[in-house]
Amino acid sequence: MTQQNKNEWPLWEVFIRSKAGLDHKHAGSLHAADAQMAIENARDVYTRRMEGVSIWVVESKNIIASDPGEADSLYEPANDKIYRHPTFYNLPDEVKYM
Amino acid sequence: MSVQSFQEHFDSLIDREVTIEPKDWMPNDYRKTLIRQISQHAHSEIIGMLPEGNWITRAPSLRRKSVLLAKIQDEAGHGLYLYSAAETLGVTRDSLYDQLHSGKAKYSSIFNYPTITWADMGAIGWLVDGAAIMNQVPLCRTSYGPYARAMVRVCKEESFHQRQGFEIMLTLSKGTDVQHKMAQDAFNRWWWPSLMMFGPPDAESPHTEQSVRWRIKRMTNDELRQKFIDVTVEQAKVLGLEVPDKDLKWNEERGHYDFGPINWDEFWNVVKGNGPCNKQRLETRKKAWENGQWVRDAAMAHAEKRKARKAEAAKAA
Ligand SMILES: [Fe+2]
Ligand SMILES: [Fe+2]
Repeated sequence: MTQQNKNEWPLWEVFIRSKAGLDHKHAGSLHAADAQMAIENARDVYTRRMEGVSIWVVESKNIIASDPGEADSLYEPANDKIYRHPTFYNLPDEVKYM
Repeated sequence: MSVQSFQEHFDSLIDREVTIEPKDWMPNDYRKTLIRQISQHAHSEIIGMLPEGNWITRAPSLRRKSVLLAKIQDEAGHGLYLYSAAETLGVTRDSLYDQLHSGKAKYSSIFNYPTITWADMGAIGWLVDGAAIMNQVPLCRTSYGPYARAMVRVCKEESFHQRQGFEIMLTLSKGTDVQHKMAQDAFNRWWWPSLMMFGPPDAESPHTEQSVRWRIKRMTNDELRQKFIDVTVEQAKVLGLEVPDKDLKWNEERGHYDFGPINWDEFWNVVKGNGPCNKQRLETRKKAWENGQWVRDAAMAHAEKRKARKAEAAKAA
């Protein structure tokens, strides 16, 4: 999608764990010459107020994304399987803790 | 799907307030308008650092200096969030910089006014950041995902900007006579340009309707301007400063303040490049970019060397 300009630093996607125990979450992107610089820049751009305890960076060109145009067929298999949800099952009222 | 059904699908997402994401199909005009709006916004954050940068070395105390530095660093961050949001629409960062540096792209005309006293740091934080917040809060719910998420981040950071400005104004206004006069003088100079930040009156803003429909604008220029005036006039009372508008009057019936005519000739003149600092701002920005070229080249060369060395070592192993 982005045509790589010759002397432009590559684009990196930044993921941040906001505190121990939580997943890393996409924060945004930035340009950096290499991975180490991407981490340092991510610290300055995305964690100026202690928003993170851990940073992941990955070069944007290495992200493979699903096609939203194919969302219907991609997620179709899960559509008719309501029996995967606990609410599908009727239990007698006297059953507790289930 | 045909273009028509893509369009219908897009329209229905917009109507149902569903967020549009980078890989979704979108009409060309939507993409173009967004690129223009987001990059103009990014440029404003970047150029916006210059008037305040003027006072870093002359801040009256270490506390004020640390605060001003942190505020300006945030503005750099805002520019970066927004540039990367624009890049998700398929433009390169360098092409956006080119547009700024060549004068093709616009940025908020407020930054073409000079900062001649320390009180201007107060007036900018209080009024300019205050107006920016008014503009930006509704954009947290804009239809384009990366833009909306960037705006949420920006808005969280802006409120300290306005408070530190207000605090400067309050300290000056309650200080000596000379300090009070300095605060009033800054207020006088920044009030009208701040009102212009919301853009031309709705009647002369032909794209508003389309942008509201696309949810990339959520309130009109005049609505936002009125909202800003109503809250800021009250804040000026707390500061003990006088709003420099002899026509300003509470209108019971409207439930809003009436205000005097805005000098739109001045606004358009500054937009066209004839403001007091247009030339200086652009030149400073271009010089910073050009002087940084060797750093960017060196970093890239270093990264490539390291990569080659690593590959070499892997082969040897
Ligand atoms: Fe900002
Ligand atoms: Fe700000």
